Amino acid sequence: MVYQPDGLDAVQRRAAATIPRIARIRRRRREGPQTWTLELETEDGELPQFAAGQFNMLTAFGIGEAAISVSGDPGSKGPLVHTVRAVGPVSTALATLQPGDSVGLRGPFGAGWPMKEAEQRDVVIVAGGLGLAPLRPAIYHLLANRRTYGKVVILCGSRSPGDILFRRELERWGRHIEIELEVTVDHAADDWRGHVGVVTTFIPRTDFDPANSIALVCGPELMMTFAVSALQDAGVSDEAIYISMERNMKCAVGLCGHCQFGTALLCRDGPVMAFNRVRHMLAIREI
Amino acid sequence: METRGLAQIVMEHPFFVGLEEDFCDLVSGCARNVRFEDGAYLFRKGEPANEFFLVREGRVELQIAAPGVKPITFLTIGDNEVVGLSWLIPPYRWSIDAKAIGRVRAIGIDARCLRGKCEADHHLGYELMKRFMSVLIERLNAARLQALDVYGVPA
Repeated sequence: MVYQPDGLDAVQRRAAATIPRIARIRRRRREGPQTWTLELETEDGELPQFAAGQFNMLTAFGIGEAAISVSGDPGSKGPLVHTVRAVGPVSTALATLQPGDSVGLRGPFGAGWPMKEAEQRDVVIVAGGLGLAPLRPAIYHLLANRRTYGKVVILCGSRSPGDILFRRELERWGRHIEIELEVTVDHAADDWRGHVGVVTTFIPRTDFDPANSIALVCGPELMMTFAVSALQDAGVSDEAIYISMERNMKCAVGLCGHCQFGTALLCRDGPVMAFNRVRHMLAIREI
Repeated sequence: METRGLAQIVMEHPFFVGLEEDFCDLVSGCARNVRFEDGAYLFRKGEPANEFFLVREGRVELQIAAPGVKPITFLTIGDNEVVGLSWLIPPYRWSIDAKAIGRVRAIGIDARCLRGKCEADHHLGYELMKRFMSVLIERLNAARLQALDVYGVPA
């Protein structure tokens, strides 16, 4: 058995990580239809450090627990930020929590975006819908360390103008001279003056060096497959394309197997994975 | 002079990059410079598809409209892209509206003129068909993704 300084072996450590702490909602902000950003704080004021792309398990007491990506700034010591869309019982319960309400908190878990590997390279971010939430910490990191990276391209797709997440921040990023940002929606009424069309169609029109780029992709799986195809067509290698895979996370520490995806446990080996590690599995319909 | 300038613009437009010079001359023989102000329609549903456009600068929205319903924009087309595909296939009639957002500068190509040249020279017709099919397939794939409404609430 490997010696652990705190007296716990690896399995005991993982078991301990299944016990939630109590956090409270400090503030909530509406982002769009059914979508809310929650700021969490703990009573002792200590918040876990996280890497861009990691997730926490949040418990709505009496309802259940769900994996929710951290959507805040990894460089901030402020509250822990999550963006939740109310689609099922747990996420709906979380999204309706009010300031002062308590919530269970475990984490952070999983592998995040490869920010270290991306240094000195162009970074292409392709976000679809709520997929912008797990990518926002990576964008904060890129902005805070702008000189460490090459070109930064953010391509952001939403269902309609009313569904666009983090609208004010997108406007701010759009004014940033060292970022190329394109926001598009799938359909719009006559009063929208921005782009309309599928986000992945912007990839071939974007100026970046495919041989020296890293792509971070997050959104519905179908949208990600289209994005990967467009990135491959543009000349980006599979090793340089990272996608965030979501499955039914339960224990979040690789013990229960609920999130098994082929040979990977996504809570532990993902959710962010290089495309060359998952491409053969994405073609298997049964998983 | 005008034709020569247009030939150069047509040849350098990304949609026609790589097209043989003789073919570019044939295409530019049907071309004219056009400009649309904000809100002007390039074409409207039901009208004869007699002219398509190579956008040089600006943005065009493609819309579907029905009586009593606000128009829905399903695609915007920007610099260096092509607007109008229905000119190529009978009944040569637009099935959508195309409207300028802001000022749009474009090259208008007389579709009847170019169809005649394609009938007379099938090599030219095939070259154009390949380029338009590529655009058509890209838009078809995009339309499929839009129709699947992947950002909607999962069932």
